[in-house]
Amino acid sequence: MGVIMAINRDHELHRRRAHRNMWLGLVLGGFVVLVFGITMVKLKNGQMMEAFDHTVRPSLVVEQGK
Amino acid sequence: MTDATVIERPRDAEFGDFFALLKPRVMSLVVFTAAVGLFSAPVSVHPLLAFASILFIAVGAGASGALNMWWDADIDRVMRRTRNRPVPSGRISPEDARTVGIWLSVLSVVMLGLTANMVAAGLLAFTIFFYAVVYSMWLKRSTPQNIVIGGAAGAFPPMVGWAAATGGVSVESLLMFGLIFLWTPPHFWALAMFMDDDYSRAGVPMLPVTHGKPATRRHIMFYSLILAPVSLALAFTQIGGPLYLAVSLVLNLLFISGAWRLLKRSDAEAEADRYAAEKKYFRLSLLYMLLHFTALLGEAALRWTGFDWASWPQWV
Repeated sequence: MGVIMAINRDHELHRRRAHRNMWLGLVLGGFVVLVFGITMVKLKNGQMMEAFDHTVRPSLVVEQGK
Repeated sequence: MTDATVIERPRDAEFGDFFALLKPRVMSLVVFTAAVGLFSAPVSVHPLLAFASILFIAVGAGASGALNMWWDADIDRVMRRTRNRPVPSGRISPEDARTVGIWLSVLSVVMLGLTANMVAAGLLAFTIFFYAVVYSMWLKRSTPQNIVIGGAAGAFPPMVGWAAATGGVSVESLLMFGLIFLWTPPHFWALAMFMDDDYSRAGVPMLPVTHGKPATRRHIMFYSLILAPVSLALAFTQIGGPLYLAVSLVLNLLFISGAWRLLKRSDAEAEADRYAAEKKYFRLSLLYMLLHFTALLGEAALRWTGFDWASWPQWV
């Protein structure tokens, strides 16, 4: 401190922000991978993934007697 | 103040500060109890879905922690224990803490609903609401019973974990709730006995401050006694067994005798040994919770390996 601080690319502040952004990127990337994984497991389990979509979907209609 | 006083400027927030906003130590307890709730359920859950469910429960708990830090920044600033948290130390603004808290709450509830089911998501949403609004905003500053009701927020995670696996609520999950719910008051009151100057400075009405230490000792005894039947009852459900019963019996005996020792002490004796017995009881309370849930996990592991306690009585 006391010295005039030059604003250049390698200023501590930039390094800290780059560090923060890198972690945020990793977390978001991890989230994407996780959602993909969950989707895969749900599809493999054969779970019902369809829902109401403003039109008649025969696959959603419960058969009689069930 | 001397001229040697250094005025520390708050440094820019780092990623770790945002992580600290989520109260990682509380989160680790939530992860543990939610995991026990999920794995002791008699339903098999795909490992990835189990992992994701526990993660989203933890994120929800973290979000309510961030909301609590936003609301309680003024209290945290005066208490020694919490002074260095990201908001009171100025590294993260209260508004940022609120934003993080709200959005992580929404994200965790939606994701738990998609990963597990709506019952679990609803319970998680209620837990966050209960901790952030009912406890932090309303009860914490207005009644010395704050801990009793606030304890419910900490007691929900195993229920959420159980609901993530089974899609419902049952006797087992209610008893796990009861175990943490009744354990929380003696645990925190023991802490407040030797940290009371912190709480009184911050104006938080804790029992030792408002009703005195002898009354607190009686309350601790009372809760230790009613905690015992609830924790023992879990042994006779489908998630309990002889292993759990043995662990629970020993821990309850220790817990009640510890509370008895506190009850028989005078404040002068406590001052003289700097609250050694209270500190010991506080440490014991941590062990009490940890070992009860470890025993439940142990019973779950035994069931996975196909081991069956033949003719073990299940009352519920």
